[in-house]
Amino acid sequence: MSQVTYTALTAPLGGRVRRFMRDHPLVPLAILLIVLIFVLQMLRPGIINERWLANTIKFAIPLAILAGCQTLTMLTGGIDLSVGVVATMSAFIMVTQITIHHPVIAVAAALLPPLLIGAANGIGVGVFRVHPLIMTLGTSLIGTGILQVYQRTVIATGSAIPSFLAWLGTGLTHSVPNALALFVPLTALIIFMLRGTGFGRLLYAVGDNEQATRISGVLYWQVILALYVVSGLLAGVTGLLYVGLIKVPSLSLAVPLLLPSVAAAVIGGTSIFGGRGGFAGTILGTLILTVLTTLLTVLQLPEGFRRILFGLIVLAVTAAYTRITRET
Amino acid sequence: MNLPSAIIRRHGWVFSLFVLLALLLVATWVIQPRYGADGIGSLARAALPFAFAAAAQAPPVIAGGVDLSIASLMALTSVTAARLMEGASDEASVLIVAFVLILGLALGALNGLLIVITRVPDIVVTLAMLFVWEGAALLVLNAPGGAAAGWLKALVVGTVGFPGVPATISDWIPKALVLALVCIGVIWIPLIRSRLGLSIYAIGSNSLAALRSGVAVDLTRIAAYGLAGLFSAMGGVVLTASTGIGAPIPGPYLLASVAAVVLGGVALGGGRGGMVGPLVAVFILRLVRSDLTLLSVDPNVATIVEGTIMVIVVMLGALFAMRARAA
Repeated sequence: MSQVTYTALTAPLGGRVRRFMRDHPLVPLAILLIVLIFVLQMLRPGIINERWLANTIKFAIPLAILAGCQTLTMLTGGIDLSVGVVATMSAFIMVTQITIHHPVIAVAAALLPPLLIGAANGIGVGVFRVHPLIMTLGTSLIGTGILQVYQRTVIATGSAIPSFLAWLGTGLTHSVPNALALFVPLTALIIFMLRGTGFGRLLYAVGDNEQATRISGVLYWQVILALYVVSGLLAGVTGLLYVGLIKVPSLSLAVPLLLPSVAAAVIGGTSIFGGRGGFAGTILGTLILTVLTTLLTVLQLPEGFRRILFGLIVLAVTAAYTRITRET
Repeated sequence: MNLPSAIIRRHGWVFSLFVLLALLLVATWVIQPRYGADGIGSLARAALPFAFAAAAQAPPVIAGGVDLSIASLMALTSVTAARLMEGASDEASVLIVAFVLILGLALGALNGLLIVITRVPDIVVTLAMLFVWEGAALLVLNAPGGAAAGWLKALVVGTVGFPGVPATISDWIPKALVLALVCIGVIWIPLIRSRLGLSIYAIGSNSLAALRSGVAVDLTRIAAYGLAGLFSAMGGVVLTASTGIGAPIPGPYLLASVAAVVLGGVALGGGRGGMVGPLVAVFILRLVRSDLTLLSVDPNVATIVEGTIMVIVVMLGALFAMRARAA
């Protein structure tokens, strides 16, 4: 008898929890993040302090912005695989141009290739209807080549990390990372753009039903062109921030961030098929990945095991999340 | 309408790829009149792992997915083969190669199984598995090492002598080329003539319609990824054979495989294309690279040219497809 009442009580509760999670998809992600931090604290008591928090945030921010590029493009059913190379280009051009030019000119020079590659991606995807995967892959190949050729023209000039980028990348003010001064307004801007502007709604609309959007009179190619230019510029800004954080310019600086940026957006609940997702989830996804990386480092496993676990956890989280939030 | 023109019309894209390849070969002779059998031989050897990578990418893309884990799986199978073959006898190494191929098939099928079970998009699952294979490769061999059996190394260098064919002709047939064509053909040709082959195309062009017509969609998807794993394992073994060691860090084969498949006329999104196009595309891309080297173009500029060609060709292809739809 008691068994019966038990099931009768829990069944609707389970349903309620499921419905709640589906309506508030960020809640399970936040819970997972808290659990991960809790596990970290148990494994290495005392690790969670102000310094750890500041470090985690500092390293999460560049990844979060790149994941933002993926979020925006994924909303339309696309993807931007050129962000790693684009960020590296802007970083490398910045640290080499700063030695011979005024900072303003150097920043402008650094953001020019991101703008051009973004525009090329936009034209390819929007006008010629090339698959975004292929288009951004092709431009990242071109970008890699250009960067290598460029490197040999500037061997003599040397490089320097401008102090304002070092301040932004690694500096702390009252143990709060300075990078937040860039990231918080940027986040507000992206979220406002997605929720409050016509452009944002068009991104969701294009991803949801491209045919319908087109028939309702939207100029598809203009939306896509603007989107990929924004994505390129965001990646360029990330490059500037990241070189201030890492402080060692190289030709593959931000390239290792590419695949995690896709993973972060997907974990954050953005559908790779378009039409669903948002930047808040992506930020949570990025934090989860960053804490997870720390956790795997703390476990002192061999590098191979860490990568295996990283892959499996990304898959498990995405699968669980897809299951929880699926509309049935 | 006579038969040749019908074939050209039906396989227009592949036909133009062959024409492009022929033009490139002519261009190569113009650039370097001494380019001959040796040049063709080294081209085939350089193209060999890329050919298997493209062959691996084709079935999942035709089935409407994509496999991002190909290069990592090649690295994993390559180090597994190299590590097991260290100090092994020739007889044992035959078994090792067979084991590695079965391993590749199983791991590829695991990719497909995970996609089917989790219902997570292909691109995300194979992205996650990319990290898993990469990590496993590092566990098998921490640094480049291992060995390859002598017969395996001999399999990829030199030329093939056919009985009855004069040496002047057989000198022009590199073993690497024959190896790629035989290994891929033996599996692919019977397959596309079978029910399974038809099913792979069916789920790629419309998986709901395929399901309603009684195709076992999930099993077919697993089979497509299993094929990708098998061809990746062949690529891994070939890597070990041509370098004599195994390296745990994946080579540039993922991007190259996607590029070759798309250039070869297999539509991303599935249902269209074949195996001939991607293989010809691999040789075109490799030949462009060696032409640029012959022209003593800086290899970095060659990367730019390669990327630009890929983008332009794909744009033109998309443009023609749009024209065809509009007409």
